[in-house]
Amino acid sequence: MAYPTAFRYTKEHEWVKIDGNRARIGITDHAQAELGDVVFVELPTVGADVKQGGLLGTVESVKAVSDVYAPLSGKVIEANRNLEQSPETVNQSPHDAGWIAVIQLSNPAEAGSLLDAAAYEALIA
Amino acid sequence: MRTIFERGAPEAADGVFPACDVPEQGAAACLGADLVRTSPPRIPNTTETTVVRHYTRLSKLNYGVDDGIYPLGSCTMKYNPKVNEDAAALPGFANVHPGADERYAQGSLELLYELTQLLQGIAGLPAVTLQPVAGAHGELTGMFLFRKYFESRGETKRTRILLPDSAHGTNPASAAQAGFSVTEIPSNARGTVDLGALRAELDDTVAGIMLTVPNTLGIFEENILEVTRAVREAGGLCYFDGANLNSFIGRARPGDMGADVFHFNLHKTLSTPHGGGGPGAGAVAVSERLVPFLPVPRVAKRGDRYQLDWDAPQSIGSVHSFFGNVLVAIKAYAYVQQLGDEGLRAVSENAVLNANYLQERLKRTYALPYDRLCKHEFVLSSEGLAEGVTTLDVAKRLIDYGVHPPTVYFPLIVHEAVMIEPTETESRESLDRFAEILERIAAEAREHPELLHEAPTRAPVRRLDQTAAARTPVFKFPFDAE
Amino acid sequence: MRYIPNADADRQAMLRSIGRTSVDELFSDLPESVAKAYRPVGLPPRSELEVVEELTKLSARNEAAERIPLLGGGIYDHYVPRAVHHLASRSEFSTAYTPYQPEISQGTLTVMFEFQTMVCELTQMEIANASMYDGATALAEAVLMAERIRKRGKVAVAANLFSHYRRVVNTYAWAAGIDLVEIPLASSGRCDFGRLPDGVSALVVQSPNAFGVIETLAGLKNRLGDALLIVATYPLALGILEPPGAFGADVVVGEGQCLGLPMGYGGPLLGLFATRKEHLRQLPGRVAGRTVDVDGRLGYTMTAQTREQHIRREKATSNICTNSAHCALSATMYLASIGASGLHRVALLNLEKAHYLAARVEKNKSGTLVFDGPFYNEFVVRPKGGADAARERLEAAGFLVEPPQAMADLGVPDALRLAVTERRTRSELDRVADVLGGKR
Repeated sequence: MAYPTAFRYTKEHEWVKIDGNRARIGITDHAQAELGDVVFVELPTVGADVKQGGLLGTVESVKAVSDVYAPLSGKVIEANRNLEQSPETVNQSPHDAGWIAVIQLSNPAEAGSLLDAAAYEALIA
Repeated sequence: MRTIFERGAPEAADGVFPACDVPEQGAAACLGADLVRTSPPRIPNTTETTVVRHYTRLSKLNYGVDDGIYPLGSCTMKYNPKVNEDAAALPGFANVHPGADERYAQGSLELLYELTQLLQGIAGLPAVTLQPVAGAHGELTGMFLFRKYFESRGETKRTRILLPDSAHGTNPASAAQAGFSVTEIPSNARGTVDLGALRAELDDTVAGIMLTVPNTLGIFEENILEVTRAVREAGGLCYFDGANLNSFIGRARPGDMGADVFHFNLHKTLSTPHGGGGPGAGAVAVSERLVPFLPVPRVAKRGDRYQLDWDAPQSIGSVHSFFGNVLVAIKAYAYVQQLGDEGLRAVSENAVLNANYLQERLKRTYALPYDRLCKHEFVLSSEGLAEGVTTLDVAKRLIDYGVHPPTVYFPLIVHEAVMIEPTETESRESLDRFAEILERIAAEAREHPELLHEAPTRAPVRRLDQTAAARTPVFKFPFDAE
Repeated sequence: MRYIPNADADRQAMLRSIGRTSVDELFSDLPESVAKAYRPVGLPPRSELEVVEELTKLSARNEAAERIPLLGGGIYDHYVPRAVHHLASRSEFSTAYTPYQPEISQGTLTVMFEFQTMVCELTQMEIANASMYDGATALAEAVLMAERIRKRGKVAVAANLFSHYRRVVNTYAWAAGIDLVEIPLASSGRCDFGRLPDGVSALVVQSPNAFGVIETLAGLKNRLGDALLIVATYPLALGILEPPGAFGADVVVGEGQCLGLPMGYGGPLLGLFATRKEHLRQLPGRVAGRTVDVDGRLGYTMTAQTREQHIRREKATSNICTNSAHCALSATMYLASIGASGLHRVALLNLEKAHYLAARVEKNKSGTLVFDGPFYNEFVVRPKGGADAARERLEAAGFLVEPPQAMADLGVPDALRLAVTERRTRSELDRVADVLGGKR
């Protein structure tokens, strides 16, 4: 799967799609492949404040639990409730329907510290 | 195989219980109508023949130590002597209520007392409690002892437990459950604790260290004395997880290595049966400074009488209902009594020889991340065996050869880990056969990998869908489904 | 050497193959000072025959096994059908490991699934785990679970829990930093739920309680806000008592020794733990789940393992690993052997016989029942002429009964708790009533 150039990435394998001062977040294709079949997603609480690098939620497979970290600071304004019924969406469509949360950014300048698609692909090579 | 719920008969045979020999009033009269159960539990009525056939058939879908080698690393699945079972089933031991007055339970109390003395000798530590009923329970007890010790000294800053990255999952879980936070210390290239990394962490917020000796790679910490000294000098305590005692029993004592707390797994080292997941027994030995905090009641001897001692004002309290898993303790006692010092020494000698013998042979075929003298177990990796073949595939193919797989994917610091512990109760022939099978599987991995990917094909069920089990959980019989 | 199949010749050959000449070389990694410091325990090896004789003699020193127990308090003298002993001691069950390789553990796993089902049926709860160590630690873990869910730092506990339950809960709660507040008692022997504390994560009640009295659970759940209702119960009694699940309990725990296990001087025991589906992620302990294999065949496997220590480590819901699996297996076989109608039968026998004894005691004026609340198979009596003297007479007559201190510790002085099971005959009970009243 190609890594969308419009996204930014973290070393912890989250992707971010920034739109003004909102950001949609999920885990990358690499992360879902490493995890295996996703059986449960622990979503963040809507309304919660998160700091860059702080714990946003978790993604569980049968044999492992992976922490999802907030790539940027802000307030959680949406969480993908579809994942409660269909956690496998994270495997099937990690960069699209498998999104996890939307954050209202408190410090958009933090985006400068994120990786672009090329840098992320180099990281996982 | 069907469950017992699918084998019911509405008119089942009776005859287990006699008729009521007192005048019956009826449940509603005794209790009041609103306390009487309205809908019966859906436990099937059936006949003894049906029950016996059902569970006999189920037993044949299992694999026990009595069936063959069980080389699970860190589990010490040695042979379970039958005399131990009979000892624990003696009516004099089985039919005693824990609330019976001490003078009517002198047999059990004497055995418990004598066992604590023996375990003290094996550990090289002055006191033992038999109250914890599993290894993890012993760990939790040890962590409680740490808490109470520092509380008694007003050292409330000591909230951290250090443990190596190779630690068994129960170690950090026990520390956390007792209210500590955990800090992982990396292992060095030799597979042992990195002393430098350890020293860097030692400050006055450290309560102590939890170590498995030898560690979960089967490697003895050559710096064990430096490690414990460093921790003690920094004001901390040392916990030794005794899961791997089979590797040095009869030759070395944790008390001489600087342990403050040491737990035994009676269901590993001391041969009591694993039972499909318990009951075990996790006796805990302690150094002098922790004695006041031991759980109550303790078993004591005054003159020639044995008694329960509740007088311990600084005790952590209790961690189990009564005195621990007494019937399991009886099995361990019988075992130690048969073996004696000679027998215990022979255990570790043969366990370590068997492991090194297997390691030497298997390293020709499988990757050996730490190629050095091991103790009673060693860790291989199936990395590099063949493209696309994993440790899981190897494990499942072992099942087709009628052998229980070793521990897989642990310790976490080795990729595609296979942890093998043969124990001393396997013969050379059994070890050779096991090695041959693993070698054949390695060859199959290169030439016919589909045999591994499809495995097992000769087991009662084939690979089970773990994802479906987790995504749509069914934890009880679906009575209401069609 | 006992249980070691290799002979010297084998060992020599094996040593040669690894380039060593003596076994001592294999221990060169032990620090010299440690090897030198070793002292043997001082035990010679003994033959199986000698050990059997010693243990038989020791067991004979337990006079309790020859006496008639009126002891209860969570552990009871129940009859176990002989088939259970035979089936449970099949070595395919007893010498198997934890079923981490499900394909060759369908025996263990199927029985786990049956056990979980039976616990849910008994308690009328949605999910149950594959066992805890005992009723006391099951209760302690229920308290910890409630605290993880509600995070209030405080839990209310009934003052009439078994003393050993309270001791264990105290220890676990202390370590977790949870404050315990007590629910006082009423004269009926039940809790006084008049004024319930607020700001608690849970309310812990035992029913039947330490006095044998059955608590009024009806309507309690609705008065707790969102605090969890944790009920500790007597599993066998649920053959005849309305279970805690019917009253809206959030967690039900219990001591399963009554389901097919010997008294064993207190262990091994069997902790039951059941709760609502919504609390699955906080549930401690192992669970077996049903699934299918690649051929579509039904099978069972351990599942929801990400809650557990081997995956979640310090974030696990509990550190529990080895539990009481084989005891759960015996309990499953016991319940299968007697069925729902046998369970109802034995539960009723316990009830009737206990009530018979209580009625005789009152009729003879051998003593007074301390509490007027409804009871199951245990009750507390204040004997005529004092509890100490009564206990002496009962022991002289061949019975076993707890010292008055047991009830005094729960705030009831000069009294004895008597337990009656299906094993107590009418003539034994008549004798108890007589001896209690002063006859020798």
